[in-house]
Amino acid sequence: MLKRLIPHPLLSLTLVFVWLGLVNKFTLGNLLLGGLFGIIIPMLTAPYWPDRPKISRPLKVLEYGFVVLWDIVVANIQVAAIILFKREENIQSHWIVVPLELTSAEAITVLAGTITMTPGTVSATLAADGGSILVHCLHTDDVDAVRDEIKTRYERRLKEIFQ
Amino acid sequence: MNFFVELLITISLVVSGIFGLVGSYGLVKLKDSLQRLHAPTKATTLGVGGVLVASMIYFYAKTGYLSVHELLITVFLLLTAPITANFIAKTYMARNIRQSDLPDSQSTCGWSIYDEPPESRPGS
Repeated sequence: MLKRLIPHPLLSLTLVFVWLGLVNKFTLGNLLLGGLFGIIIPMLTAPYWPDRPKISRPLKVLEYGFVVLWDIVVANIQVAAIILFKREENIQSHWIVVPLELTSAEAITVLAGTITMTPGTVSATLAADGGSILVHCLHTDDVDAVRDEIKTRYERRLKEIFQ
Repeated sequence: MNFFVELLITISLVVSGIFGLVGSYGLVKLKDSLQRLHAPTKATTLGVGGVLVASMIYFYAKTGYLSVHELLITVFLLLTAPITANFIAKTYMARNIRQSDLPDSQSTCGWSIYDEPPESRPGS
């Protein structure tokens, strides 16, 4: 019963906080309204999200968040430098195949999003069975190094979080 | 508002302006669509981020309350930017790139744009 009422407790909690943030004022009425949204929206969207991902180490999520935020800032500067200072014919774009050890759909989604937001890489598509991810790299001299960095820096952390 | 706060706001506004400009210039300079995709997904995050930081500092200095709206905009931006980029990349690949142009997927199936997923996998 409780599982049908609140299929995704974390999503419900997030919705409450997002609602309180949107109205930008903490009152009892807003809290109740946020709670109502937190129950109704996950119920309506439950058919599209049947799995229940388990986050085993919440502290690792924070660490991952900070690593990614830092990398986004670095990525911005690197890409800006490439755009501004590299001659067009010197920019060497590559396709990079990253074999995945992650299996859950949520973990792969987070990884794909992270890859897109970080240094010079955009995730393009997955293998049909989810066994590897295709990444487009704006400029690199060492394809293997980029692949290894994605694997050790992001995938390893996500594995600890989701498995 | 004292000088130090104004300086902080000015710095973040200038930084955001520079990155926004570079991102737009990247759209013009880079030569194919996949390369152009890199410019707006990266350079603009810091571009918009800078404006949001400036806005937060300004309203905190003015009213004394921390505004959460800017944080929410950041979160929404970080969630939606990769998805848009992925849509654009996939559409471009489906229309312009043949399977033989891509490296092998090193998995049991080919890339999902060209290949069907295996039957046994639930939910796909």
